[in-house]
Amino acid sequence: MNWKTFLAILARDAHVARRNFVALLFQTFLQPLMFVFIFGRVMVGSGYMPPSYKSLLLPGIMAICMVGTGIWAVAMPVIAEFQFTHEIEDRLLAPMEISWLAVEKVVAGTLQSLAAGLMVIPAAWLLLRPGVDLRVPHPLLFAAVSLLVALFSATGGLALGCSMQQTHIGLMFSLIVAPMIFFGCTYYPWSALESFPILQKAVLVNPLVYASEGLRATLVPQFPHLPLPAVLAVLLFANFLLMAMGLRKFYGKAVS
Amino acid sequence: MLAGIRTVDLRKVYTSPPPVAAGVGGFSFGGSKAKSKQPKPQITALDGVSLEIKAGEIFCLLGPNGAGKSTTVGILTTRVRPTSGQAFIGDHDVWLNQVVVKRLIGVVAQRPNLDFNLTAREILTFHGAYFGLSHHERSKRAEALLERFKLTDRADHMVRGFSGGMMQRLSIARAMMHDPQVLFLDEPSAGLDPQTRLLLWEIVREYNQTGKTILLTTHNMEEGDALCQRLAIIDHGRVIALGTPCELKASVPGGFLLRLRFGVHSPEFLERLQSLSGVREVRATDGVGADLYADRGGSLVPAVAQLASAAGVELHDVHISEPSLENLFLHHTGRSLRE
Ligand SMILES: Nc1ncnc2c1ncn2[C@@H]1O[C@H](COP(=O)(O)OP(=O)(O)O)[C@@H](O)[C@H]1O
Ligand SMILES: [Mg+2]
Repeated sequence: MNWKTFLAILARDAHVARRNFVALLFQTFLQPLMFVFIFGRVMVGSGYMPPSYKSLLLPGIMAICMVGTGIWAVAMPVIAEFQFTHEIEDRLLAPMEISWLAVEKVVAGTLQSLAAGLMVIPAAWLLLRPGVDLRVPHPLLFAAVSLLVALFSATGGLALGCSMQQTHIGLMFSLIVAPMIFFGCTYYPWSALESFPILQKAVLVNPLVYASEGLRATLVPQFPHLPLPAVLAVLLFANFLLMAMGLRKFYGKAVS
Repeated sequence: MLAGIRTVDLRKVYTSPPPVAAGVGGFSFGGSKAKSKQPKPQITALDGVSLEIKAGEIFCLLGPNGAGKSTTVGILTTRVRPTSGQAFIGDHDVWLNQVVVKRLIGVVAQRPNLDFNLTAREILTFHGAYFGLSHHERSKRAEALLERFKLTDRADHMVRGFSGGMMQRLSIARAMMHDPQVLFLDEPSAGLDPQTRLLLWEIVREYNQTGKTILLTTHNMEEGDALCQRLAIIDHGRVIALGTPCELKASVPGGFLLRLRFGVHSPEFLERLQSLSGVREVRATDGVGADLYADRGGSLVPAVAQLASAAGVELHDVHISEPSLENLFLHHTGRSLRE
């Protein structure tokens, strides 16, 4: 393992992210914050939603931002750089094992996802205030869940990006990412699905459910949520699975 | 540290269609059902290529499109896994010691692969950083290379708007950034204007002066001829001829060209030239010149001179060109390299 090379490639990604910072900001936050404004502010303010919905919504929005950012930050460059611009070739020829390049992508995606998650909390809080009741009884647990969620988004981005043709990017978002978000217990808690028993079981295959429920359990534990140990176990498992799959596919793309 | 290149009986069979056709594939999440029904394609790109390229040599792979040049370069640069056989850079097996090998090589791929998110200068400095150069060292080298490749005035522009020639020059500069022992150039002059091509040749020769090994591929025989100390002609994944440009061209029968200039000449005189032994074809270029295609060069001159003085025609000038690689390829395959 060659740390100098690894860090230099990470620095390159940071440089590019900094260059595209404003575009990234809009892309990451505009849609979720509009949602926060309409549902958390307008609907609550006009009495269509109970005031407690503000606190319930925030962890879900955080999950959407983190997962969206991580997937986008890893999958898009992987697709474009392999198939369209070939610009990854210079980094494939850097003096480091090829698989470490995939790891670097995951690290970069994880960091971006964490940054998005940390930034959306104050932004949403400002939009919703007053009446947001964040408790965070165990900050360390919250940090652990956030890290696992960020990792999940990045490994998922790697696996997706390496499985997808450039012409299917739109399809990837409408067929995989969008259903994941809507059936991911982001805008409602898992317990809200009680009256739809089949759906409630079915959504359990969606890792985003565990991400939003995990954040809910650590940010606003006053609401019902999935048990935290189960959340941690599933997220951990999903991360391993997606990472292994991503690495294998990445290697297959890199070497003919 | 000097490193040569060696391949032993390299074979490569691709089991997927070439990337251009792969676009219709679609999702490949998990095992793709649609694809597994069709039999896997078997494309033999290399069929037993053994080469020995000395350290410090400029070596050229010459062959038409699809001959297997890029596949050879791919295997030698860790990007393609050989189906069988071995490839070495210096003493290092390329497949088994990828990281060591990557430090020794610089690569200019056939298709442009510049980092579109960076400026020209950043492309060079980040490349230097990947190879562990210090901050000072990489700024210094980047500046010198930008200067050498005449890119200084566009150094801080994004490369997105660069012309093909500028991108190509920057790609070569990038490959030289970490001062590799072995430089690979896959069709470096395709699409370059003549002036830039001359700059490229000059730079390649200069880089070679410092003892570096250079492997370049081309389907342009003039380039192979002008630039390389030795070359291999490959077709359908096999080496069909190997040697110095002179040796190779001398192996072609009837490949010499004698350009003659006379005071004045007549059709009867040209007919008599045609009847000289070894002459294949005579073409008048104008009232005073004639091109003589023959299977020998200098040894034909006395006979021509004798014939001329006997006919009272004054011989002013003789220029002998050796057989060309184009003719060699034609001779071996019955096809023209230009196709
Ligand atoms: N990645 C690939 N997958 C499948 N077939 C390939 C791939 N790359 C090249 N080929 C095929 O291998 C043969 C040799 O190609 P290549 O090495 O690119 O030749 P050249 O560089 O001399 O034009 C061609 O028939 C080409 O279609
Ligand atoms: Mg080629």
